[in-house]
Amino acid sequence: MPYILSIVTFLPLVGALILLGTRLASKSADAAAPAARWIALITTLATLAVAVVLVAAFDASSTAYQFVEYVPWFAGIAYHLGVDGISILFVLLTAFLMPICIVASWRSIEHRVVEYMIAFLVLETLVIGVFTALDLYLFYVFFEGGLVPMFLIIGIWGGQNRIYAAYKFFLYTLLGSVLMLAAMLYMTRAAGTSSIPELAQFGFDPLTQQLLWLAFFASFAVKMPMWPVHTWLPDAHVQAPTAGSVILAGILLKLGGYGFLRFNLPMFPEASELFAPLVMVLSVIAIIYTSLVAFRQTDIKKLIAYSSVAHMGFVTMGIFAGNEQGVQGAVFQMISHGLISGALFLCVGVIYDRMHTREIAFYGGLTSRMPWYAAIFLMFTMANVGLPGTSGFIGEILTMAGAYGYSTWVAFGAAFGVILSAVYALTLYRNVMFGEITNPKLKGIADIDRRELGVFVPLIIGTIWLGVQPGAVLDLTEGSVNALVATYRAAIGG
Amino acid sequence: MTVSEVPFSIDLSQALPLAASEITLAVGALVLLVVGAFWGEKSAGPLSWIGALLLVVAAGVAGTAPLGVAFNGAFVADPLAVYAKVAIYLFAALAVVLGAGWTRRQGIAKFEYPILIILASVGMAMMVSAGDLISLYVGVELQSLALYVLAAYHRDDAKASEAGLKYFVLGALSSGLLLYGASLVYGFTGSMRFEDIAVVASGDAGAGLIFGLVFLMCGLAFKVSAAPFHMWTPDVYEGAPTPVVALFATAPKMAAMVLFARTLSEGFGGALGDWSQILVIISVISFAVGAFGGLAQRDVQRLLAYSSIANIGYALLGIAAGTAEGLQAMLMFMTFYMIDTIGLFACLLALSRGGRPIRRIEDFAGLKQDRPVTAIAITILALSVLGMPPFAGFWGKYFVFGAAIDAGLWGVAAIGLVASVVAAFYYLRIIKLMWFDAPPEGVVATDRAPKEAQWTAWAAAAFSFPLVIIGLTWLEPLTRIAASGFGAG
Repeated sequence: MPYILSIVTFLPLVGALILLGTRLASKSADAAAPAARWIALITTLATLAVAVVLVAAFDASSTAYQFVEYVPWFAGIAYHLGVDGISILFVLLTAFLMPICIVASWRSIEHRVVEYMIAFLVLETLVIGVFTALDLYLFYVFFEGGLVPMFLIIGIWGGQNRIYAAYKFFLYTLLGSVLMLAAMLYMTRAAGTSSIPELAQFGFDPLTQQLLWLAFFASFAVKMPMWPVHTWLPDAHVQAPTAGSVILAGILLKLGGYGFLRFNLPMFPEASELFAPLVMVLSVIAIIYTSLVAFRQTDIKKLIAYSSVAHMGFVTMGIFAGNEQGVQGAVFQMISHGLISGALFLCVGVIYDRMHTREIAFYGGLTSRMPWYAAIFLMFTMANVGLPGTSGFIGEILTMAGAYGYSTWVAFGAAFGVILSAVYALTLYRNVMFGEITNPKLKGIADIDRRELGVFVPLIIGTIWLGVQPGAVLDLTEGSVNALVATYRAAIGG
Repeated sequence: MTVSEVPFSIDLSQALPLAASEITLAVGALVLLVVGAFWGEKSAGPLSWIGALLLVVAAGVAGTAPLGVAFNGAFVADPLAVYAKVAIYLFAALAVVLGAGWTRRQGIAKFEYPILIILASVGMAMMVSAGDLISLYVGVELQSLALYVLAAYHRDDAKASEAGLKYFVLGALSSGLLLYGASLVYGFTGSMRFEDIAVVASGDAGAGLIFGLVFLMCGLAFKVSAAPFHMWTPDVYEGAPTPVVALFATAPKMAAMVLFARTLSEGFGGALGDWSQILVIISVISFAVGAFGGLAQRDVQRLLAYSSIANIGYALLGIAAGTAEGLQAMLMFMTFYMIDTIGLFACLLALSRGGRPIRRIEDFAGLKQDRPVTAIAITILALSVLGMPPFAGFWGKYFVFGAAIDAGLWGVAAIGLVASVVAAFYYLRIIKLMWFDAPPEGVVATDRAPKEAQWTAWAAAAFSFPLVIIGLTWLEPLTRIAASGFGAG
């Protein structure tokens, strides 16, 4: 299938252009809104279909990049696409979450619907582009370009304090990425190529590696986000619309982890080994500290946002453990977190759409009025804590096994964080769901409707399926991860 | 084509074709002046269109004129000069078109407007073709004198007159510096020609020559409005008529940058170490001043002045690299920068409320509601100037920083990139006002936009993205040819 990667990458952009045409052809913004929702949904579903075909055609036994497209562009930069066992999963995750986001925004976004859908579709193209790009600058263009639609999504459709959050998000990530750009320019000059697979083979000298590693780390740590540069995330999340949060937590946070796997580990192995203790300490702090912070939150979304930072701590810990279990676990944890945190933000969105508040104190006793909702929320709360049988468990156990291989103390700290995650998650659930209804406003709250149920069903299936059948993901990534870890181990002489 | 091989006599049949575009323009300007003098003010409209056409024709002539060196090395027609001239003429033509409509609507249409721009263009063409210090100075002065008048063109407006006067006084000062530097260089090398100066400069350049070089650079830095010689820029940008500022920010900058590059790498190629460090300092100060100075601005044209100071800093970094690659980067950067800038000024020209132009940043609030397409254009152009991929401005920065890192200036490149994050804040503020904020209560709806400004704005935005994707594939080889053969070493 030639050009399948180009198709999966740019199909959403085509949808966005159609939407733009619809908007220009219609008389008012409201007239085009219903059509815009359907066009966006159909586009994202078509992209998902192409992504599924892509995964079906993928040869998991090969560790090479597949479906490669290469067209020279100018000055050594090429339009170079390809996927391996790691990136193909993220392409699928993105394509999977996007239609869910569109459906989740079906009613909650009322004004400027066409623009909203355009921003989402453009974002989808950019994010899939990040995962398929094999040229350094193509990667950077997609990586950085994603800031603009996200800035607009937070700033236009966000809540109260949206402008502050949008600025913080933009400037934090921009500062990280310009340092990465400087490093990229240096690498291209030193290695004479901007091809990611070739750069991974190049072997920079140790001192250069350290500087480059730090520059890339600055960018990906902000995206991840790692403690202490995580502070943009709670603000951005709280102010973003529900679907924006889903994309933010489900996909955009994964760009950081993906970057570590694609750049830091294979290109600068010696620096990675040198700085691994630093990453481990930051990860464990992230896991424990942000879990404690989450416990003290009064806003549901903020609580889940901090819980995301903690879960990303497991990912960085797994990656820089530098062994197969750790890296496999990190990839798995990212996919699993994409489903679970996305679902949790959707859960918050359900009650927010009804009551227009996210204060924990406002709620209480929802089980009696919303039994279906309570069941779904419980299931994802448990998955978030890492209950066996859900995908959250596999990710945490693998990354902790990997961390154990690196250092007992790191694994101990992370395990302690798992307990804390149960504390805040179950407290949240008790406060919102159990007890008597004390707030009279909640008397008339309705249970989830069919559209909302339709949004959750694929996520429930995904979470449980990956929990009992983790091989579906692990088999796909195994070849690429093993090759990555083998070269890393060889480079550091372990 | 070394200059010393040219015999010391002028073969006009060989020399004149090289300068065909300048001659076309100079003769054309004189004819237009006579026509205007006879027909009076009512000829302003037709003369503008003829003037714009003349500039476009001159661009064609410049693009096809033969290459070589003439007038005893005073006039150089090489690919660099041709590239710069075509760009300068086209942007000058755009400024004529934008200004023609604007002056008509303001009721101050005068036939001198296109003629002054044409004369300035001849000066700029001389600058980019300058092969010795005399033609350098003549070019700079011809350009500057025409621009001083243009700055004060709206003579009943106190701010415009103030801008014109400030520009004139500070411009005269910089010309003085330039001239003083040139006289020192002549005194210590015994020649006006860059070729001969280079021979002396590549040896052990004495303190006197370095002194002259520094004065020359200060004078040129004034002309490109690089910090710390930028003081006139915000005031002139604020006070001068908008279409005139659109010209100031584009074509003369290109001319002065090319002249800067040519003087330094042809005349002082051997003294790269001496001037490169000065340029690096000027660049760093420029992007710091541009980034931080812009934060507090409330007037859009003042803001764009700071933006141009910062961007000139980036462009100078390309020259500071001292390589052909750096020069190419500078050309790419300036090309993209000129397109973005003329687009932004065209947007300003296209926006007015109740006949009053939109000048304060707050006036952009809620612009998405009555002018969505223009809001999109401003967003694209602002993101491009800020250097976000995949817009044109990013690729300009990509080339400049690449060249700088190649030349070992990676520390400066890192500072520049961080400064661009600071500058991002004020571009984002415009975007934020347009898209996130509601228009203030009781605000008048925007007027119907003039066609020429609107189309220029849209075309510039369309170039910044997505056309730049295609544009890069032919601009890159073009600038490489223009920059080939340059660089110390």
